[in-house]
Amino acid sequence: MAKYRFTVDGKSVSVDAQPDMPLLYALRDDLALNNPHFGCGLAQCGACTVQLDGQPVRSCAMPVSAVAGKKITTLAGLGTPEKPHPLQAAYVAEGVPQCGYCINGWIMTAAAALEKNPKASEAEMRDALAGLKCRCGTHAAILRAIKRAQTSMV
Amino acid sequence: MDRREFLKTTGGLLVSFAAPVEALAQVAGKPALVPTELDSWIAVLPNGSVQAFFGKMDMGQGLDVAVAQIVAEELDLGADKVEVVMGDTATSCNQVGASGSTGVSNGARLLRRAAAEARRVLGERAAEKVGTPVSVEDGIVTGPKGKTSYAELVGGRYFHHQVEWNKQVGNPMDIKVPAKSKAPSEYKVVGKPIPRRDVAWKVYGTDEFVTDVRRPGMLHARVIRPPRAACKVRSIDQASIKAVRGARVIREKDFVAVVAPKEWDAIRAARALKVEWEPLNAPFPPMSELYQHIRGAKVVKREDEVKKGDVAGAFGAAGVKVVQAEYEWPFQSHASMGPACAVAELKDGSCTVWTGSQKPHFVRDGVARLLGMPEDKVRAIWLAGPGSYGRNDAGDAAMDAAFLAKATGKPVRVQGTRMDGTAWDPKGPACVHRARAALDASGKVVAYEFISKGFSRQHIATNESQLADSLIGQSMGVAPKPHQIFGTPSESYGFENKLLGWETIAQFVDHCSPLRTSHFRDPVGPEIHFGSEQFIDEVARAAGEDAVAFRLRYLTNPRHQAVVKAVAEKSGWASLGEGKGIAFADRNGTAVAVVAQVEVDRASGRVWARRFWVAHDCGLIINPEILRTTIEGNVVQGLSRTLFEEVRFDRDSVTSVDWASYPILEMADAPESIDITLIDRPEIAPSGAGEPSIRCVPAAVANAFFDATGVRMRRAPLSPEYVKAALARS
Repeated sequence: MAKYRFTVDGKSVSVDAQPDMPLLYALRDDLALNNPHFGCGLAQCGACTVQLDGQPVRSCAMPVSAVAGKKITTLAGLGTPEKPHPLQAAYVAEGVPQCGYCINGWIMTAAAALEKNPKASEAEMRDALAGLKCRCGTHAAILRAIKRAQTSMV
Repeated sequence: MDRREFLKTTGGLLVSFAAPVEALAQVAGKPALVPTELDSWIAVLPNGSVQAFFGKMDMGQGLDVAVAQIVAEELDLGADKVEVVMGDTATSCNQVGASGSTGVSNGARLLRRAAAEARRVLGERAAEKVGTPVSVEDGIVTGPKGKTSYAELVGGRYFHHQVEWNKQVGNPMDIKVPAKSKAPSEYKVVGKPIPRRDVAWKVYGTDEFVTDVRRPGMLHARVIRPPRAACKVRSIDQASIKAVRGARVIREKDFVAVVAPKEWDAIRAARALKVEWEPLNAPFPPMSELYQHIRGAKVVKREDEVKKGDVAGAFGAAGVKVVQAEYEWPFQSHASMGPACAVAELKDGSCTVWTGSQKPHFVRDGVARLLGMPEDKVRAIWLAGPGSYGRNDAGDAAMDAAFLAKATGKPVRVQGTRMDGTAWDPKGPACVHRARAALDASGKVVAYEFISKGFSRQHIATNESQLADSLIGQSMGVAPKPHQIFGTPSESYGFENKLLGWETIAQFVDHCSPLRTSHFRDPVGPEIHFGSEQFIDEVARAAGEDAVAFRLRYLTNPRHQAVVKAVAEKSGWASLGEGKGIAFADRNGTAVAVVAQVEVDRASGRVWARRFWVAHDCGLIINPEILRTTIEGNVVQGLSRTLFEEVRFDRDSVTSVDWASYPILEMADAPESIDITLIDRPEIAPSGAGEPSIRCVPAAVANAFFDATGVRMRRAPLSPEYVKAALARS
């Protein structure tokens, strides 16, 4: 057991944990945050995605020891109903999620990709979103929301 | 459940938990939660807004909005004034939860009557104050002598008004009321594209999924599923988890779980625990022999659902040309986005279960049986979970959590591993379809036969109310009672001699099998129509006729013809060489036709279903925007099942255990466009939309594949591996 300090959505936090405990359990169990979600524990689906210093990472496979001193952003920290990230506003406008359990992966990954390349083509965005799963099949709506967000970001 | 059991649900339920409880719950004189009380369905709050108590749930396709629109319409309110309270056994009668796309057709039908009756009663009460005639606008009632409002008339109080219940539980539950519902021509709210209510909280992460429920003193649990089917526990090495803080083993017969105060410790304990199992030796055939096994297996039950004319005679007639083919569909997993989760708490002789199961009333009943408690001491609360699509692993999680809460005396949260969600959920059944048709010299179909043979679609029931239907029950020795049922193509082809039937076979292992089956979105719909709608194309081809023209020639139901015509027109149907394929099906009154256009990469075996066109007729449309996204989800999930999904197994166990071994569609393979034509029929009562369109997708894609390559894919999925093999054979 050791103490790990990092920031989550702008707040400093510290967690006592074993070094190999995935970040996901620090966020969910120790810090009682509802995002992200456990989907597979194998970095195969994206439901647990957060941003680590602006890069999307799978928190289910990221040891908490590796995030010490770093900056974590969760879906709730990306934007709020009052100050939404353009992707969140676009998701609401397009009514994208169905069950909604996968949403962290799609939004956190797309947000980072758009940060790098706001004018990414649909093909580039499809590449950027490789590896993410959505069981309800909302892919068409996700692509629409990304286009809508891109329009609002120019 | 009978009326007596309904009455039992009124006693001393827990209202202290934070949960969606109706605002009037604390008001004295609350009538019993029985279908005969108007108050069981509709409440007017002090501010004049309305709550509708729905015994089904929205699972992310906007059903609650449709219900709100229907209730608002009858009450002359804006839809924003109606809140739909759902998924809680303390606040709703058992309309069976999510079931068979009946949320609008059956579930909201009842609430429409209840709302109309509430409107009638309110009108009568208003007339005493303001005279007649009265008119209502957004809850304000105006008469010759002045104005009043719903809020003033009954706000915050009960109606204490009886309605006539048809004594049915579940989907058929209905009431009879003197009030007349509005005619569709009067609708102002129904038919409008009102947005969903669950989108914002999911996008901003501001509300709870079932996975987010936390109770004081809660333990985390992981259930240890056996490594193979039907394993018995020989011994458990308790010392193997000694090093994990706070962890302990809970075992009852062959049910094994670990609990710990911290979630990561529960996971570590589950990984570390040494269990010696007594395995059943090689209960499954080699996977490569699955379809051979199905073909050769003894038939347990056969049913000929459609029998018309003299089929045998017509096939035997001289000079007919016989076309025949067989189609194969694998076991498929619900593979919800996350493994199921449930939380249970026992307190003061009552049990509360938070569940993602789409049938919370049956969770209540199952938990009551498992714990030996009266049903009125159990409350099940549904919260949004990681998808559902039928009977996935959520029912098992709820039962497991309840058992462990009782065993430990603490609130317990259970969540599975990915393997529990993929390898151990109940499966969609593997099957083989035998089809044949006879054509006379003119090319007319004179005989037609389609027989499905496979595992029953209900080795376990669609709900968890009986212990025999849960893994925990079976692992404690309760004998399973598999139900034998399959299905037939749903269409109106007017072949004069016609036989549609099914045969079921025994399961490989009778209890605790990871290949046990239960309902998976549109049970046996994609499975059957993958075969039947490819076969229609094969027969059309043998008759030398275009696939659309052939369907239009033989479909006898005008609504069926209309969707085929609509989709052909919209897709610019030209029969050959564009990689296009069509499929049609009906589902309980909803007619759907789908055209897919595919590109096939012969080198990699990749099929990209680039474009889809859908024509959809579900009668009266309640909300066109929500209907569109629901259809899109069906198309994409159906495409995933068509192209990628196959549960793999070896002689001992299911080897599809995660997303690598059970791949589903990813963004690269998502269609470029899904064009949807909605046919609105206000004069026809709404039927379902949650499932019908998924059943057309597999055959539309396979027919398009044939158009693109000249090769028939009679085995699903159209995965790169199978596609390459089929192209190589051709």
